[in-house]
Amino acid sequence: MSPETINLTLKVWRQHGPEDQGRFITYQANDIPTAASFLEMLDIVNERLIVEGQDPIAFDHDCREGICGMCGAVINGRPHGPEKETTLCQLHMRGFQDGDTIVIEPFRARAFPVIKDLAVDRRALDKIIQAGGFISVNTGQAPEANSLPVPKSNAELAFDAATCIGCGACVAACPNASAMLFVSAKISHLALLPQGRPEAAKRALAMVAEMDRLGFGNCTNHKECQVECPKGINITNIARLNREFIKAAVSSPEEIPVFPAGRPEALQMGAK
Amino acid sequence: MQLDAKIPGGPLETKWDRQRFELKLVSPANKRKFHIIVVGTGLAGASASAALAELGYQVKTFCIQDTPRRAHSIAAQGGINAAKNYPNDGDSIWRLFYDTIKGGDFRAREGNVYRLAQVSNLIIDHCVAQGIPFAREYGGLLANRSFGGAQVSRTFYAKGQTGQQLLLGCYSALSRQVAAGQVTMLPRREMLDLVLVNGQARGIVVRNLITGAIERHAAHAVVLATGGYGNVFQPFTTNGMGSNVGAAWRAYKRGAGFANPCFTQIHPTCIPMHGDYQSKLTLMSESLRNDGRVWVPKQAGDQRRPEDIPEDERDYYLERIYPSFGNLSPRDIASRAAKFQCDQGKGVGATGRAVYLDFAAAIKRLGRAEIEARYGNLFQMYEKITGEDPYQTPMMIYPASHYAMGGLWVDYNLMSTIPGLFVLGEANFSDHGANRLGASALMQGLADGYFIIPYTIGGYLAGTALGEVNESHQAFTDAEMEVNAKINRLFQIRGSRSAASFQIDLGHIMWEYCGMSRNDAGLQKGKQLVADLRQEFWENLTLPGSTGEFNQSLEKASRVADFLEFAELVISDALARRESCGCHFNEAFQTEEKEAKRDDAQMCHVAVWEYAGEGHEPIFAKEPLVFEFVKLVERSYK
Ligand SMILES: Cc1cc2nc3c(=O)[nH]c(=O)nc-3n(C[C@H](O)[C@H](O)[C@H](O)COP(=O)(O)OP(=O)(O)OC[C@H]3O[C@@H](n4cnc5c(N)ncnc54)[C@H](O)[C@@H]3O)c2cc1C
Ligand code: SF4
Ligand code: FES
Repeated sequence: MSPETINLTLKVWRQHGPEDQGRFITYQANDIPTAASFLEMLDIVNERLIVEGQDPIAFDHDCREGICGMCGAVINGRPHGPEKETTLCQLHMRGFQDGDTIVIEPFRARAFPVIKDLAVDRRALDKIIQAGGFISVNTGQAPEANSLPVPKSNAELAFDAATCIGCGACVAACPNASAMLFVSAKISHLALLPQGRPEAAKRALAMVAEMDRLGFGNCTNHKECQVECPKGINITNIARLNREFIKAAVSSPEEIPVFPAGRPEALQMGAK
Repeated sequence: MQLDAKIPGGPLETKWDRQRFELKLVSPANKRKFHIIVVGTGLAGASASAALAELGYQVKTFCIQDTPRRAHSIAAQGGINAAKNYPNDGDSIWRLFYDTIKGGDFRAREGNVYRLAQVSNLIIDHCVAQGIPFAREYGGLLANRSFGGAQVSRTFYAKGQTGQQLLLGCYSALSRQVAAGQVTMLPRREMLDLVLVNGQARGIVVRNLITGAIERHAAHAVVLATGGYGNVFQPFTTNGMGSNVGAAWRAYKRGAGFANPCFTQIHPTCIPMHGDYQSKLTLMSESLRNDGRVWVPKQAGDQRRPEDIPEDERDYYLERIYPSFGNLSPRDIASRAAKFQCDQGKGVGATGRAVYLDFAAAIKRLGRAEIEARYGNLFQMYEKITGEDPYQTPMMIYPASHYAMGGLWVDYNLMSTIPGLFVLGEANFSDHGANRLGASALMQGLADGYFIIPYTIGGYLAGTALGEVNESHQAFTDAEMEVNAKINRLFQIRGSRSAASFQIDLGHIMWEYCGMSRNDAGLQKGKQLVADLRQEFWENLTLPGSTGEFNQSLEKASRVADFLEFAELVISDALARRESCGCHFNEAFQTEEKEAKRDDAQMCHVAVWEYAGEGHEPIFAKEPLVFEFVKLVERSYK
């Protein structure tokens, strides 16, 4: 338990709205307890700004325990900050030194317009799920739960993929602003389960097409997404997505879909 | 206030069947003519939206986060109960029903709780079909664990992230209906008022949190699934920052009865307070108590490091006082015991408000690897937050507010005292009495949304005369004016304190005077302090920016204003309940062993409060609880 405090210089991206150009503003953040989380540090700064009659820094957050996926900003160039597998709300100030300068910016991607300061609009991720990230079962239709055994190893892999919190850090980390890691996590989760197989082909085609339509970039295999993902979503999921996509494309009874621009590079990974 | 619970007669086992038969049906072709508003996208709201849309109703769904997938249900760790009896260890619908009603200290309705146990198995079937990756055995079948002091293994789980996986299941079903055009999803919208026409709930007024625009939405019925009010204790709570009482409070002020607000659950194992900047007290799953031993030093004021305190100078007080349940005693009991030790000066850590949860014995017995396999993610989270390694030094824990058993009053059909206003999930009061057992809130949220509201709302729509109402109705204009007036008032205060600072002060008052252990003098004092704080709020709030923009300070201020009113109702209810039961512990009503002492002769009822206008005491009404099938006994865990 350390009652220690540090003094920091913050360079924070301030932008009034989507139309505003935006700029960095420098704030002196003194006497920040090292036991505080990063968001608690921002709370302290905001409290001081409000009392001084200034506009506090807007940032999204809710659970503050690393599970809801609402928080996120780029800290010194890294989405969710420097710590491995840690959301911004779980990043703590004891990892910083007295006198540090910290640069804080929103997640940047064409598909994520800035709402204000660090808050961005990630509704595009919802649209990708709406395109096919589900199993079509109506309430009341389900068979008895244990009538469908699932190999434990598959269930566990599916679980690992399903822990994606939809934060969008992978998009912010990618030089192309691709959402491949996010999409592949959902496709893997459902493709690994027998319940998800009937719609696997349709789902892969539809979700990838929607991702492209929404202006996310292509996957050219930089792997930055995996490094920054706070939930440790593995890039092997992208390989699985590609396998599902090829299978679907090959077996599609309809017209064989054209691989969206840039897909072939990503496909090489799946072929390995 | 008329309180007809509408519980069907006859044997417990057939009540729900009977009700489903007696409720009128809406014909398939007519369903699409009905518009339903659902507020909230947690387990309750998202499941309700999906299920209603699947039936063909036109649904409009709202939430305050940027996407429906972030509702606070996401944070539930431990699991969800069902009476499947897969482990063959003696579980049954009846046993789940009995455990739940006893766990609630006999302050819930038999009919509701029995129905909950009945539909619990359907929930698991449906969730598996949706692809929820529950834990499995090597044979590929579903795994179970025991949880929250139950003597059978009936809890289904997905590591320590069950709520996340269940919510993502509902979210996917909801997304499918959005794609099908059956649900219009409106995120970043906050309901600020309920609109009544001819006494019926016919719509809501919301603030678009991005643009600040005030919007009107009309419908044939309104479903509230806005979660619990644990943040009335913020920062002494495990709730997310956005959880609030606002929507329920506006419904109350429009005439919906509020039931048992003083029944608030305190969870014993949370990370303690370490500084005044702290935003919440993160939950450490109850499952840790399966292997951790709780203790404090025998000597008050002992400042030594835990490693330096020898065995015979430690008091493993739960094991000592409750030999048969020990470290697994129920939440209310374990929480009060921790407070009692700290009150005697035996608390540990910098603030003295913490007790140890020690894994040394378990690590010795099972090996570090096994402990890592069982609790690795929790240990990691603990270390991230506190900077201490729980493999080396005992965890420090302290109780925090966790769950609201109280909520808007609903009848067996989940309809409030306002016709056409239905309330689901944690926002209603229905099934957990005075104390909720672990893994039963997720069950209730999904029961309400998937398997109850789809039937009962049909009964209402088919059996009620509903005139044409659209957004230009005078009632919408009036409600919108009131909403705007309140927002303007907040901006006009121009004082010097932030909304957040008021919320924290309120939390301290509530925690101190209306927390784990209550007494009349403290409650009276707390009530006065809340009134004083509310007055200061309306004189000294400062609010940056304006309403026509993305303004998180305004959101906060509006929610704090509601909490400041609501807190007083919590205290009034605590004062009115002349007994101790479940989580409500009034020191005047305790046994010689310092356990809660119920008064079944006088207090076996639901306490329901009706708004009587600004400046007037609310009107109190009782719904008597009738027990036909179970015998009321004293809860004993010794
Ligand atoms: C840390 C934690 C762990 C838990 N673990 C367990 C567990 O293991 N097992 C268990 O059974 N239970 C557990 N619980 C309890 C359980 O998670 C909750 O009771 C349950 O998930 C509540 O679901 P809900 O749908 O009622 O509300 P929530 O999930 O809280 O959703 C509320 C919704 O309402 C919306 N909303 C709120 N106000 C407004 C407004 N004014 N306008 C528009 N929208 C609004 C929000 O945006 C959100 O979508 C836990 C709770 C916590 C806090
Ligand atoms: S894959 Fe990882 S980084 Fe991308 S949205 Fe999911 S959790 Fe966030
Ligand atoms: S606030 Fe929920 S993940 Fe950070």
